[in-house]
Amino acid sequence: MSVLAWVQGSPLTGLLLTLAAYRAALALSRRYHGHPLANTVLIGAVMVIAVLLLLGMDFQQYMKGASFIQFLLGPVTVALAIPLYNNLGRLRKSGFAILLAIVAGSVAGVVTAVCSGLLFDMPRSMLLSLAPRSVTTPIAMGVAEVLGGIPALSATFVIVTGIIGAIFAKPLVRLMGMHDDVVLGVATGVAAHGIGTARVFQLSETAGAFAGLAMGLTGLFTAILAPILVHYLLL
Amino acid sequence: MIETFIWLLAYQFMGEVIARSLGWPVPGAVLGMLLLFLTLCARRGVPAALRDNIPRLMTHMSLLFIPAGVGILAFWPMLSAHPLSLPLVLVVATLSTFIITALVLQLGLWWQARGKAR
Repeated sequence: MSVLAWVQGSPLTGLLLTLAAYRAALALSRRYHGHPLANTVLIGAVMVIAVLLLLGMDFQQYMKGASFIQFLLGPVTVALAIPLYNNLGRLRKSGFAILLAIVAGSVAGVVTAVCSGLLFDMPRSMLLSLAPRSVTTPIAMGVAEVLGGIPALSATFVIVTGIIGAIFAKPLVRLMGMHDDVVLGVATGVAAHGIGTARVFQLSETAGAFAGLAMGLTGLFTAILAPILVHYLLL
Repeated sequence: MIETFIWLLAYQFMGEVIARSLGWPVPGAVLGMLLLFLTLCARRGVPAALRDNIPRLMTHMSLLFIPAGVGILAFWPMLSAHPLSLPLVLVVATLSTFIITALVLQLGLWWQARGKAR
């Protein structure tokens, strides 16, 4: 009994569990040659959830250890500057088109979420929480608060959005007949923030670099534009 | 490895301090990324500490999102209130955002290339 209590309460459990689940998800993803559905975030999280339920652990207990891993998101986001710098030539050449696409995508991210929510007759608090769902979690929670939505709910929508984007990014560009890694990167960064960025880094460094840039700028533009857009959409 | 983390954490720290003191709604890490990018542009090169370790780190970026993915467990009651329409809304919104961005970019690239060809 006391052993189980230690296992549930120790930071070691969450940390080891996350690393082991990621390793297993990675092996599965390689086994299926990086098939989009063998998404490492999705599979890893599902495995962790299964073990947590089995051990009778809640999210708070899990995060005692997992927060060490989550903390690394900060420095790794900063590190996105390096692949971006390595693609400076392409950034100079296509900078204007990229900026235009990111602005259009930031607007589309808010408008599509609110409009499809309206289509399904969702309550107002749900719509306001959906609006900032395509940007990175801290920005989305801040924007949701400003709009009058529920920040925690927005955070969940952000994660689900990221996983959906990560799964469909590659099939979508293939379907549209686009072969430019810059297009894959920018569209993924705009639509699926960091989770999408992490996914396209598995495919190409150039795509990852532009996804990182797009993720950062989309966050910025959404923070500015979302309150204005929502005002007009939900008068 | 130590130097690599000093670089990254220092830029995140600067980003956090600047974002907070100016009251900007941007996470410090995103601002830190832009600051580091400007630094690299000014230096016209990537220091060895960042050049050698980063590429391997980036391929494992997915690992860092697993805790957030597990977070869905904590909010399950809220999500299961709309078990059918909510996933549908998220799929439709995400895919259309992706498609619109990709089309605008492709159009912009084509337009830029045409302008240069003239």
